[in-house]
Amino acid sequence: MNIVVCVKQVPDTATERKLRSDDKTLDRDAADGVINELDEYAVEEALKLKEAHGGEAAVTVLTMGPAKATETIRKALAMGADKAVHLTDDALHGSDALSTSYAMAQALGRIGFDLVVLGSESTDARTGVLAAMLAERLGVAQLTQAKKVEVSGTSIAVERVTEYGYDKVEATLPAVVSVVEKINEPRYPSFKGIMAAKKKPVETLSVADAGIAADQVGLAGAWSEVAEFAAAPPRGAGTIVKGDGDGGTKTADFLVTKKFI
Amino acid sequence: MSEILVLVEHVDGEVKKVTLELLTLARGQGAPSAVWAGPGYTEEVRARLAEYGAEKVYVADSQEIVDYVVAPKAELLAQLVASASAGGVLVAATAEGKEIAGRLAIKTDSGVITDAVGLGEGFVADQSIFGGGVNVRSRVAKGTPIVAVRPNSVTPEPAAGAGAEERVSVTLSDAARAARVAERVKEEKGARPELAEAAIVVSGGRGVGSAEDFALIERLADSLGAAVGASRAATDLGWYPHQFQVGQTGKTVSPQLYIAVGISGAIQHRAGMQTAKTIIAVNKDSEAPIFELADFGVVGDLFQVVPQLIEEIEKRK
Ligand SMILES: Cc1cc2nc3c(=O)[nH]c(=O)nc-3n(C[C@H](O)[C@H](O)[C@H](O)COP(=O)(O)OP(=O)(O)OC[C@H]3O[C@@H](n4cnc5c(N)ncnc54)[C@H](O)[C@@H]3O)c2cc1C
Ligand SMILES: Nc1ncnc2c1ncn2[C@@H]1O[C@H](COP(=O)(O)O)[C@@H](O)[C@H]1O
Repeated sequence: MNIVVCVKQVPDTATERKLRSDDKTLDRDAADGVINELDEYAVEEALKLKEAHGGEAAVTVLTMGPAKATETIRKALAMGADKAVHLTDDALHGSDALSTSYAMAQALGRIGFDLVVLGSESTDARTGVLAAMLAERLGVAQLTQAKKVEVSGTSIAVERVTEYGYDKVEATLPAVVSVVEKINEPRYPSFKGIMAAKKKPVETLSVADAGIAADQVGLAGAWSEVAEFAAAPPRGAGTIVKGDGDGGTKTADFLVTKKFI
Repeated sequence: MSEILVLVEHVDGEVKKVTLELLTLARGQGAPSAVWAGPGYTEEVRARLAEYGAEKVYVADSQEIVDYVVAPKAELLAQLVASASAGGVLVAATAEGKEIAGRLAIKTDSGVITDAVGLGEGFVADQSIFGGGVNVRSRVAKGTPIVAVRPNSVTPEPAAGAGAEERVSVTLSDAARAARVAERVKEEKGARPELAEAAIVVSGGRGVGSAEDFALIERLADSLGAAVGASRAATDLGWYPHQFQVGQTGKTVSPQLYIAVGISGAIQHRAGMQTAKTIIAVNKDSEAPIFELADFGVVGDLFQVVPQLIEEIEKRK
C-alpha cells in the first residue's frame, strides 16, 4: 500500500504571526516554522496503518513549501515515514487553496498513491478545505474529519465527525483521508529515528518537474486575494476584578450594563 | 439582479438560524435563492425561507444526496450555479460547509473564501486571522464568488421574498458516490441551543474538576439561555462530550457573549472563540492567558463565583 501524508510547515502559533506589507502573503520569515500540529496526527495515523499492514506499505511525506520546510520534512521522517517529496518553487509563493490543491494533486499524480492522509486544518490558513479539494481533483473518495480509520484489503472505513455525532463512512481505495486530533497520540521521534531521518531520501520537485502550469499557481494564479489587512484593534483592556466574595455579583452587574440580563 | 445561492442548513426538517443570517447577507448582493438538499422538505420550510427573503427555493430532496459524503451537495450547487448564472454562493462555515464550498470552487473554477465574519459590497469578505490578531478583507479573483460565512456574523432580519418553489433533480456522477455513509450516529443534544449558533456560550475547562461539576456550567448556561461548550482538556477527560469542544479542532463559535470558566485560554482554544463579541473569564490564576481577551474577568474560585452569579442572574431577570 502506498500512503502519502501531506505535511505543512506553519509559523509557530506561539510567536506573533504577520502578513507581509508588500504582497499581503504570510510572512514566513517572521516566525519559526514548525510542523502543523494536526499533521503530526496524520503522520502517526499513516505509520499506524503501515504497522497494521505488517509493514507492507510505504509512507511518503509530501510537503509544498519554501526551502526551509525541509526541517518539517525531517521531523516527519524522524517519526518514521520512509521518504519524502518536497514540492518547492518560487513560482508557488502566494498560492491560495485552489492553487495549492492543484499543485499538490499534480505532485500526487507523479508520486502515485492508494491513500492520502492530511490534517483536517492548518493553523495558519485554517481553511480546512484541502482534503476535500484533493478528493475532488483526483476523483477519489473523500473520507475527511476522521476520528477512526480502518483499512482492510482495498476497503476503507472511517468514523467522520459531524455536527451531531459521527458518520460511519465506507469506500474503496484510493481515497483521501483527513484526521482530527482525537484519532491518536503522535509519537515522539526517537534518537535513532532522528539519526535515520538524515539518510532518508527527499526528492525535490519543481513546478516544471510536476507538470504544474505556472500560471495556475502563485500570487498571480490565485483564485482569491487579500484586498487589505490591518492589525486588529486591541480588544480594549478588559476590566479584571478580584473574586473577594462578590465576583459573581460584579459579573452580573457587567451583564446588566451589556444588556445580557 | 443576479441570483445568490444560499445552501440551507437544516436538522430534523428545521431550518437553522445560520441560514436566515445567510439570506440576510445575500440580500445585499442580489436576489437570494435558497437551496434545500436532502430529505425532510416541507411547506413550513418554504414559508420560513420566504419570510427571510428567499425569492426562489430550489428543492433537491432525494435521499441520495445525503447518502454520500459532501460531493453530492457540491454537484447540486454546481448545477445550479450554471443553470441560474448565479452571482455568488453562500454556505455556513461549518466543517462540512467549507468542504462543500471547496469542491464547488473546483467544479465551477471559482475562488472560495472561508470563515468570513462579514460581507461587503461585491462579495468582499471580512476575516479575522492569526488568533484574532489581524483583520483581513478578501475577495474572489476568478469565477463565481463562493463564501463560507461563520454563524452569528449578522443578525437575521425578515424581509418577505416570493419563495417560488422549483424542484431540481440531480444525476450524481460516479465520483460523487465514492464515499458512502453506512450509518449515522447521533449523540444526544438536549434542549439547549446549538453550540455553533448560540448567541451566548458558557464553556468549562479543566478547572471545573469533574464530570459531575459540569452541572454547574449547565446551570449557568440555562440561566442565560446559553449553549454549553468545553475545552479539549475537559472533553479528553470525558467530563463533557467531544461534540461540545470549542477550539481549533472543535467547533468555532462567534457568539455575542462567551463565558470561559476554568479555562486557561490556550491558543488552540482561542482559535475557536476569539471572534466572540464580548468575553467573560472566570479563573483563579490571574496570569491565565484568557484574561488577555476578556472584556470582563474575575480572578477567583469558580465554585464561589459561579453559584453567586447564577443567583444574581435569577434575581435580576
Ligand atoms: C492539535 C491540538 C489541537 C487542540 N485543539 C484544541 C481545541 O480545539 N480546543 C481546546 O480547548 N483545546 C485544544 N487543544 C488543547 C490546548 O492546547 C489546551 O491544552 C486546552 O485548551 C487546555 O484546556 P483548559 O484550559 O481547560 O485546561 P488548563 O490549561 O489546564 O486550564 C485550566 C484552568 O482552570 C483554572 N482553574 C483551576 N481550578 C479553578 C477553580 N477552582 N476556579 C477557577 N479557575 C480554576 C486554572 O487556573 C487554569 O487556568 C489542542 C491541542 C493540540 C495539540
Ligand atoms: N503546503 C502544504 N504542503 C503539504 N500539506 C499541506 C499544505 N497545505 C495544506 N496541507 C495539508 O492540508 C491540511 C489542511 O490545510 P488547510 O486547508 O490549509 O487548513 C493540512 O493539515 C495539511 O495536511
